[in-house]
This record gives sequence, C-alpha cells and structure tokens, in this order.
Amino acid sequence: MSKIHVSTSVNGEPVEFLCDASASMLDALRGPLGLTGTKEGCGTGDCGACSITVDGRLVCSCLMLAVEAEGHEIATIEGMAQGETLHPLQRKFLEMAALQCGICTPGVLISARALLEKNPDPTEEEVRFGLAGNLCRCTGYDKIVRAVLETAAEMRETVR
Amino acid sequence: MNDMTNKWIGQRTIRPDGADKVTGRAQYSADFAMPGMIHAKMLRSPHAHARIRGIDTSKAEALPGVKAVVTAKDVVDFPLDKSVMLGIQDMRWMCRNVMAREKALFHGHPVAAVAAINEEVAAAACALIEVDYEVLPHVIEIEDAIKPDAPILHEWNKFEGKPSNIAGTMVLKTGDVEKGFAEADVVIERTFTSRPVHQGYIEPHACTVSYAADGRVTIWSSSQGQFMVRAMTSLLTGVPQSNIRAIPAEIGGGFGAKTIVYLEPIAVLLSKKSGRPVKMVMTRDEVQRATGPAPGSLSTVKIGARKDGTIVAAQGTFYLQAGALPGSPLRGPVGCSFAAYAIPNVLSVGYDVVSNRSKVAAYRAPGAPLGAFATECVLDEIAEKLGLDPLEMRLKNSAKAGDKAIYGPVFGEVTFKETVESILHHPHYKAPLDKNPSPGVKRGRGVASGFWYNAGGESSVQVNITEDGNVVVTTGHPDVGGSRASIANVVAELLGIDHSRVSVLIGDTMTIGFSNLTGGSRVTFASAMVATASTEKVIGQLKERAGKIWGIDAEAIKWEDGMALPAGDNAGKFPPLSLKELAAKANEMGGPIGTQVQLNTTGADPGFATHCVDVEVDVDLGIVRVLRYTAAQDVGRALHPGYVEGQIQGGVVQGIGWALSEEYLYDKNGRVDNASFLDYRMPVCSDVPMIDPVVIEIPNPKHPQGVRGVGEAPIVPPLAAIANAVHDALGKRFYALPMSPPRVSERLEQP
Repeated sequence: MSKIHVSTSVNGEPVEFLCDASASMLDALRGPLGLTGTKEGCGTGDCGACSITVDGRLVCSCLMLAVEAEGHEIATIEGMAQGETLHPLQRKFLEMAALQCGICTPGVLISARALLEKNPDPTEEEVRFGLAGNLCRCTGYDKIVRAVLETAAEMRETVR
Repeated sequence: MNDMTNKWIGQRTIRPDGADKVTGRAQYSADFAMPGMIHAKMLRSPHAHARIRGIDTSKAEALPGVKAVVTAKDVVDFPLDKSVMLGIQDMRWMCRNVMAREKALFHGHPVAAVAAINEEVAAAACALIEVDYEVLPHVIEIEDAIKPDAPILHEWNKFEGKPSNIAGTMVLKTGDVEKGFAEADVVIERTFTSRPVHQGYIEPHACTVSYAADGRVTIWSSSQGQFMVRAMTSLLTGVPQSNIRAIPAEIGGGFGAKTIVYLEPIAVLLSKKSGRPVKMVMTRDEVQRATGPAPGSLSTVKIGARKDGTIVAAQGTFYLQAGALPGSPLRGPVGCSFAAYAIPNVLSVGYDVVSNRSKVAAYRAPGAPLGAFATECVLDEIAEKLGLDPLEMRLKNSAKAGDKAIYGPVFGEVTFKETVESILHHPHYKAPLDKNPSPGVKRGRGVASGFWYNAGGESSVQVNITEDGNVVVTTGHPDVGGSRASIANVVAELLGIDHSRVSVLIGDTMTIGFSNLTGGSRVTFASAMVATASTEKVIGQLKERAGKIWGIDAEAIKWEDGMALPAGDNAGKFPPLSLKELAAKANEMGGPIGTQVQLNTTGADPGFATHCVDVEVDVDLGIVRVLRYTAAQDVGRALHPGYVEGQIQGGVVQGIGWALSEEYLYDKNGRVDNASFLDYRMPVCSDVPMIDPVVIEIPNPKHPQGVRGVGEAPIVPPLAAIANAVHDALGKRFYALPMSPPRVSERLEQP
C-alpha cells in the first residue's frame, strides 16, 4: 500500500511527512520526523510517556493516527524550551530533582504544561489527578507534584 | 572530607544530564538508529510448557524482505551438567532464557527471531515459522509446583533424590530454635503469600547492534551495566569481549531487572547473519510477559518472645518463585528477615521453586521485602499480644555493633535504632488518628522496619583536566537515578572549584575500565570512593606541577579552593596557581593531567529503614488508600539530598503498589492475563500522598564521604507497614498480598 502524504505543523514549524495509514502519530514523530523526545512506554495509552498536544489539547500520540495530524498544530517536548531558555516547568524539575531516570519526563512536562494552561492555580489534588495519566516508576511522584505546584506559583507571580 | 562546611557535597545541584532529559534530547535505548539498519522481532511460545520437537524456518526465510532468522541452535549452548557463573547468573539458565532450547518453559518464551527490512515483515515472517510443539502440563503457583505429582519443568533437577521443581535451597542457622521456642512466653507462627510483581520501568528493553565485516560488534542499549552486556553477549555468541563495544544509552528505569540481557545476543547473531545493523525493541506486552518480574512467595515465620518483648527464637521458611529457570533471590528473605535483630536462635531456610512463568530478575533489595512482609507482621502481632509498642519492641531487640550477623560477618556500626527512634519521636507517630472518621470508613496506623546488605565491588573512574582548566569525569556505571550529580558534587568539592566546571559522563566498555553493575545500592558508594581516589591523584599531579614551576617540593604545597598554594616555610612566597593556570602550562611541565583509578571497593555498611504509614479503608468497596507516609533511613551521607530523597520516595511507592494493587494474573492455560499497564496496576499520581523521607546521616567510617547506599532499603518495610496499618484499621490481619479491593472485600466478609 502506498504511503500517505501529511502536511502539519510541529512546534510552530510547517512539516510534511509520508506514513502508512496505520502509523501512529508517535511512529511519525519518532520515525520520519526524527523527534525521539516523545517516548513509547506502552503503546496503549496507559503510561503517558508519549504525551503531546494537538491544537493545545493533551493526547497520547500512540493513540492518534499520524494522518490525523493533517492541518493541525502539534506540540512536543522538543518545542518546550525557547532556545537556551527552559520553560519554567523544565527549570523547576531540574532544581527540585523531579526526575530520576527521565524516561517519563517529556510526557510529564507536556501534561503539566497542559494542566497549568487550563488551571494556573491548581491544588495538590488537582495536580495529582491532572498527572494521573503519566506513569513514573522512579520518583513516587512527590517531587513532580511539588515542582508543578511551585512552578504554578512562580508563573502566577510573573503574570502579576 | 565530610562536614557541614562542604560547599558542594550535600547540595541540591543541577544534575549534569538534566538539560538533555527535560528537553527530550537524552538518548535512550530505542532512540538510536544506524544507517542501513533493519528491524527484528521475536517469535514467542504460545504455550506455558511444551517440548520443542523441531523448528522449520524455511518459509520465513523465503519471505521477501527477511534478512536473517535465528533459533537456539545459533546461541552458544551451556550444557546442563556444568555451571558457568557470571556474577550471580548461571549461563546455563541465561542461554535458555534468551532462546528456548529443549523446551518452551513459559508463555512468551522466545523460540526464534527474525530480522527484516521493517517490523511488519519481521512479524509476518515470525508467523511463518513452524514450531513442532509437544504441549506438556504446566504449573504456575508455588503450592502446585511443590506437590509430589506436579508437572516437572526440568527432569534432570533432583531434590531429595527425586525429580522436583525445587531447584535450590539456602539455610542460615544460629543457636537452637527448638530450645529457644521452649523458653518463650509467646510464640506466633503465620503463613504469608505474595504474588510476583514487575519492576515496571517505563522504558521497554531495546537495543541496536552492528556486527561489522571485521567481526567487531557495537551494541547500543540501556542496561544496569554495559560490562554485563558485553560479558553475557560474549558468552552467548562466542564473540570475544575485546571485539564488543557496549555503549550505555540513557536508561529509562531498571530497578534490578536490567542486570541481565534479553535481546542483545540475539541481535548480534541476527546482525552477523544479515550483515546489517539490527534494531530490536520490545513491546510493553513482551516486557510484562517475558522479563522480570520479582518472585512471588510462600513464607512461614515463627517468632518466640519473652513477656518483656525479648525475642528468643525465630524461624523462617521462604519458598520463592524462580520462574522457568532456577535462580530466585533466596539471599534476600533468608539473610535479611532477621538481620536487624539480636536473636540467639534463628533458623532461616529458603527454597528456589521453578514453575512455568517468566524467569525472575532482580528487583530492588531482591527478595528482602518478601521476608520482611512475613517477619515484620509477626513482630507486630507479638507486640500486640504482649501489649508493647511495636517500635519499643524493635528497639529492645536491635542488633548491636559486634554482634555476629546471621549471614556471616560481625556487624561494625549498627544504625537500626536511630531509624526506629526517629519514627518513634516523629510528629507522624504521635499525631492523633481518627479511626472512624465516617460511616464505612476506617483508619489505621502501622510501622515496620527493613534491612539491606548494601554492596561495594568493582568501579573505575577517570578524572581528566581539560586544556582550559576544567574537569571531565568518566565513570563506568549507568546512572539510573542521579549518580552523575553525586559524583559531580564530590569532585567539585575535592578540587575546590565551581560545580559547573565538572562534567560527568558514562564511558563505554572500550573507554573506561571494568565497572560492575548499577545495583544493590552500590554505585554511589563505590563510584564516589573511586572518584575520590582518582581526584586525589590528580590533585597530587597538580601539586607536583606547581612545585616544578616554583622549584619547591610537592609536599610543601597545599591544594585549596581550586589553587595550589605554597605551604609551611614557603607560605606566601609565591602567588597561588589556579587549576586554569596549571592546565595552561600542562604540556611544558610534563604532559596532560589526568588519571584512572580502578578498585574493588569494600566497606559498604548495611542499610536500615523504619517506616510509618496511615491508611484509610473503604469498607464497602475494599479500597485501601495511603493517607500519610514517613520513611526514616540511615544513608550515611547524602551527597545530593534531592536524589537520596527521591530513592526513598520512589522505593516506598513501589512498595505501596506491591502491597495494594500489583500482581500477575494467569489464565487456566498458564498465560499472563494482564500484560499491560492498564491491567497491571502500578500506583499513579492520584493514588498516593506525599512521601516524607527522614534522611538520617550517620557517616559510614569506611567511606571517604560517609556514604552507605540508599536505593534498596526503602522498598523493604512498606509491605508489612501497610498490612499492619490495615490491621489497625479493621482489626483483621492480612496474610496475602496484594490487599486489592476484591481481596479486602473477601476478607471483610469472612468472620
């Protein structure tokens, strides 16, 4: 079967790629687009390591067909920092040791950013439920939750 | 070199690999690609137990796009009659684990592998391989596997003269338990069961391998030891170690299970046959079905104590599930269960039981949580019966310096009491707990302790001074949880320079000296010790250089704040020479500055932990929730407190999953029924509270910075602590894990 041509935007840049009809968005990112920052932990939408946003909405890229990207805005971990300037969440994760092995970190950061965009002042419980789709086996979540809460507080300060 | 005035040791510095990990640039095992690379898939047994009468790969080989097919006949055979050990792994079992030989021993056991132009063709070719199976009766559970009429996995294995599924035993003994129990005022004996649990790392096993025309092999994979990858691959393929360059990718979690290989030798054989680089990536289903897990257990523990709480005798019998091939971690429960206590009469016995499930792999303090689950619950019951505080009872029986440990050595320092006391005096333990907050809801509090050996072993560290006067440190240990950050702190401290001037990276098997596995809570202990020796050597070189420049003896020079200073009689005679100035003059004063130190490190003192937990039970739904958790541990010295706390918090939450929700489920055909993250239920963020780590720092006198080791001990107490808390809430004891909603409901319905 011949490949399908897809035109989309990834991290604000127009891109085109070819894919099989059955390819997932995760396959397209990690394959033809060469963006391996998005990880595959399960391929069934259970671990959140492949989290991206599509037009600002959080999705597991393993559950999305690559052809569905046509005409939409995709955002991945590679677009989170602006040059040398890390996103406040990225910086806070480093300062507070909110990662150990780091394999879940890209997905957790994308989910956390999506959460804070919707809710800039979340409670601990809201953070915990907001990140419940992202498995982390190393940290026990404590430092991740604290880093997200502190980033939210800092970002609210900056806005004010 | 360990005090409160330290500038970098004990600081929460930014980890050297941090920026790459928060921006998606860090390369994990599945992120690597090579030009001309092809893809491989494994054909796995559809049966739990079957003799392999023959394998016909001709149709698969004829499929267009297929480049190579491998079966057990391509893997080096290690005959059953002669053990060949690599560390704790017997290559007889490893060669049969990576590829089924005489028999398929579990559902998902690899029987063949195909490399093809893409994964789809490789999978299609796997489906064309014809395996002639003679399906045999299977056995999954320990209780069934040790019955006299059980299906036997390995006919050659004898126990007490008869073919058996008991593949090994371990016995530790001191005193006379019968005499001890006779002296006791109270004796309690209970039997406990637990289910296998998976290590649950988020990164599936993966590798990319290139076998070049000259027979040289490059392996890019994530593991807990690139030297283990090299050695096992060499043994299983026949390629000499000197021809194998094993490059450690970033590792996405291991927790012990990446201390053995599954894919690398097979990918090497496929690459050799096809002449192409080969990439192999497991699916999550394959990971859950065919790697790890930690063993399930059937344990009986009997403890006798006097009225005042003095323990006079203890006996433990631990059956552990090895999976399909021998080698369960008996040393964990047999050696650790009673180690924290001074008990005159102990008999601790372990049995290694094979059954038709995937071969177990190490998981954080291998086996020790299973022993502690039984022992620490029985202790709780004794304390209850005697009307004693369970922590006071532990204090009363704590082992002391000079006691002979049941597993052999005489204890140096024993810092168990400090962990118990810190919980005893913690606000958590004293806080009032409303045990009946609302109808249908019960709350309870529990405590438990844990012990782990910790370990030293081989480690190599290079320290090189760059021409511009900065520092590159290379270690031989994969970094699973922030060890590079700890090493950077140590080297910056010793050299007296800013932390940002030190880069730490992990060498491959051709660029750094032999270094043993990342595991057993040994890496920070061992690599900090060797990094210290290496850095001190470099400081010696720097002083020599300054001495040459000044025309004085190196002994008359001290190193302080990143500078050589004339000392003693020469003090103040010359202006200090900085690291940058000495580096700039390196070549005219004797050449490059740097060294490698390789040591077999010793002196790792054991780790002790004591935990306190509050739970809430929804009586109608059987749901147990953890409300509050405090974990005290003596870590010796926290080189980087953030990652020390992280080890404790992560270990505790893995323990919560083990206690409450995680288990392997099998169907009647012996197939794993829950091989996904949806059905294998690990704790998610909303399942757990903050975990409060109480980091006790009593420096280990045998380590330059006082390090003991952190990662294992935190997973030892949670199983029992939670079971004791559930008992406090409900007044009923749970002797089986997990305490999942169906099991809790079932138990609540019993009288």
